[in-house]
Amino acid sequence: MRDVAVIGVGITKFGELWDKSLRDLTVEAGLKAIQDAGISSDDIDALYGGNMSSGLFVNQEHIAAMIAEATGLTEKHIPATRVEDACASGGVALRHGYMSVASGIHDIVVVGGVEKMTDVSPSLATDALATAGDQEWEAFFGMTFPGLYAMIARRHMHEYGTTKEQLAKVAVKNHHNGSMNPNAHFQNEISIEEALSATMIAEPLGLFDCSPISDGAATLILCPLERAKEFTDKPVKIVASAQASDTIALHSRNDICRMDATIAAANLAYKQANLRPKDIDLAEVHDCFTITEIVAIEDLGFVKKGDGGKAAEEGLTQIDGKMPVNPSGGLKAKGHPVGATGVAQAVEVVTQLRGEAGKRQVKDAEIGMAHNVGGSGATCAVHIFEVV
Amino acid sequence: MVGIVSYGAYVPRYRIEANEIARVWGKDESIGKGLGVFTKSVPGPDEDVATISVEAARNAMKKCSVNPSEIGAVYVGSESHPYAVKPTATIVAEAIGAGPHLTAADYEFACKAGTAAIQTCMGLVDSNMIKYGLAIGSDTSQGAPGDALEYSAAAGGAAFLIGKENVIAEINKTYSFTTDTPDFWRREGEKYPSHGGRFTGEPAYFKHIMNCAKGLLERIGTKPSDYKYAVFHQPNGKFPVKVGKMLGFTNDQIKTGLLTPRIGNTYSGSTPLGLAAILDVASPNDRIFAVSYGSGAGSDGFDITVTEKIMEINGNPTVESFIADSKIIDYATYVRYRKKLHLGGE
Amino acid sequence: MAVSRFWREIPQRYNLEGNQCTICGRKYFPPKHICDSCRRESIGKMKKVKLSGKGRIYSYTVIHTGSSMFNLQTPYIMAIVELNEGPRITGQIVDCETNDVKIGMPVESVFRKIGEDGKNGTIYYGYKFRLVK
Repeated sequence: MRDVAVIGVGITKFGELWDKSLRDLTVEAGLKAIQDAGISSDDIDALYGGNMSSGLFVNQEHIAAMIAEATGLTEKHIPATRVEDACASGGVALRHGYMSVASGIHDIVVVGGVEKMTDVSPSLATDALATAGDQEWEAFFGMTFPGLYAMIARRHMHEYGTTKEQLAKVAVKNHHNGSMNPNAHFQNEISIEEALSATMIAEPLGLFDCSPISDGAATLILCPLERAKEFTDKPVKIVASAQASDTIALHSRNDICRMDATIAAANLAYKQANLRPKDIDLAEVHDCFTITEIVAIEDLGFVKKGDGGKAAEEGLTQIDGKMPVNPSGGLKAKGHPVGATGVAQAVEVVTQLRGEAGKRQVKDAEIGMAHNVGGSGATCAVHIFEVV
Repeated sequence: MVGIVSYGAYVPRYRIEANEIARVWGKDESIGKGLGVFTKSVPGPDEDVATISVEAARNAMKKCSVNPSEIGAVYVGSESHPYAVKPTATIVAEAIGAGPHLTAADYEFACKAGTAAIQTCMGLVDSNMIKYGLAIGSDTSQGAPGDALEYSAAAGGAAFLIGKENVIAEINKTYSFTTDTPDFWRREGEKYPSHGGRFTGEPAYFKHIMNCAKGLLERIGTKPSDYKYAVFHQPNGKFPVKVGKMLGFTNDQIKTGLLTPRIGNTYSGSTPLGLAAILDVASPNDRIFAVSYGSGAGSDGFDITVTEKIMEINGNPTVESFIADSKIIDYATYVRYRKKLHLGGE
Repeated sequence: MAVSRFWREIPQRYNLEGNQCTICGRKYFPPKHICDSCRRESIGKMKKVKLSGKGRIYSYTVIHTGSSMFNLQTPYIMAIVELNEGPRITGQIVDCETNDVKIGMPVESVFRKIGEDGKNGTIYYGYKFRLVK
């Protein structure tokens, strides 16, 4: 097993991108990453693409080959694989790219993530997202994706006293961070009052507790650490790559106030990297809903179980706080093109560790974590990156 | 002797007041008073004849210890079956754990489809073709917006488990009177029924109930005073009182089974629910006289004697408990629940 | 949903038929092929069991933006119910106001229409829950 580094990153703007197709988005992010790495397409040995639902959104499956072709990679007939694990597709694609380099099977690997969600109506987009949950036993009876996380929020409030104000604080912070991110879907700040009085989606979650429907793509170029200096003078090492699974239906979990998949993946990751939560300088966590960020910072070990709300309230997770979370704006403000998210989180961490995050730069960032969740917690991928 | 082994009822909890309907159509409270209907039941958006029949059947099964696999027949009578083709009876059978060794079918005979089902079960049981038969009358019928029937067309149902062993009420005799009389009908594909106005009275309702009642009394050799309770089909609050009087029954005898003023006309559920309400309070040896009426037209009459076994069953949930669990809704909500937004011309 | 897909689950949707591991006694809904605890040992040793439909509310939400099949029914209450026998399931809470529901309240199952496959498709029936009075 050898060490793996990230030598290039690329990302599109996230948002409602009417004039960009799925192909357009992947090519844009892919070419940016290739240029950032300073490699030639000829150097690429394999492609892993994360995408949740191209079939339902644009009626197209088999997109790995399609993306390879669009990016000019089919000339060399490289292996191209699509990875699907709902909203964790990107993070899991990264894990597969990492494994292929770490094992010595491939050298230079492209890991991409993309989702084109706005070509269907919001209602159909919601139905597509609901396929991340249990169709027979959750969605069939009327459950929606926000509904699942709303029940998590309700139980978390019941057991730990978490408040709506604390949830709103997460949204406000992430919008503030997003306002400093030129690629974010939303670049406006919001106030606590706006968040608290927003339209209800699934009580207690309102419009501002939910991440948006976005189009976007993100790409990473991986290579063996021993070769990284051939391509960049700012390589970032992947010191941990972990993945875990849990029951697909929320009602089958042991305790809905925590995500056992996150805990399992995080424990594996910390062990691999020989690190502890307090060693992490910044984390991009999966805030598909505000409550998800609160549960995640508990499960990742940054605060005790139940204290996630308080941490948000006390500003712990702000960019200048003790434990910066989602400096990119998170899924809430940056946007959540589902398959792209896991890769976009890694792009942000790498950008931060390189010191290239501009106004939203976390000071002295040396170790960063990306936390990507599928569905209501059935899959989790955790990666830890370190400046070399 | 063949009789009722168990019974169960179900009435949806939503209610709309006759005065509220009148308000929308520019009428006043004289309409409700004239019909003797003050509130009617409204099914929720997730309720239909299948769900009502299942709840009534489950309530019947809860009250006895009969193994559902011993039920040999299931018949559901309604004029608002969810499917035009695909039986409600099989949904009910599956939902109570009966079958597959049984026969089933759906019945239609306007408001007397449920009592026709009871008669069929009686025949199958008495001839030893089956051990137990389940007969259900339930409806979610609608009246056209603004029509007189809109004030009374309601939703509800009752189920009767018919058998020979451990009967709580013996059905001593049944007799029917049937002619081809077009007083009220609904053509295939039409959303709402049509009716012959005043023709639905004397030549229809009264003629058939009178003939059936008199025919039954004659064949058994009884008179009205021999009965503790009487229940007649109740399309409104006035007809059953009038026909009872014409036959020689008193208000005291019919008041227990007279539910229409409070829940409206539940069509195929009408006489069955009235009978269920009586069984909820009846004592051993009470005699019950029941005559249904279905437009088209016909009446099924039953002479019933309650047995000692009625003391052994737990009456809950009673018909009165369903009537008491009520939530009043306005006309807009009623229209939303009953999907009446298209007034025709489509 | 295809007719066969709905029909296959009728014993579960109508009658809450789950199963039980005959080795350790653990109950499951919907039925599982093998027991999570006994795994390989439980192959062929799972037996059908009908659940009572009685339980308590473990968590709930009021949905204001429904999925396409449910959008005309909003707002509606969805909950995770912890059945008395152990398994938790997801279902709608009916016959009450949105403010009436609290975690821990006892509920019982009822038979209702869940949806339909369009105006000329089949009707889906299944379980919902109401508060026990």
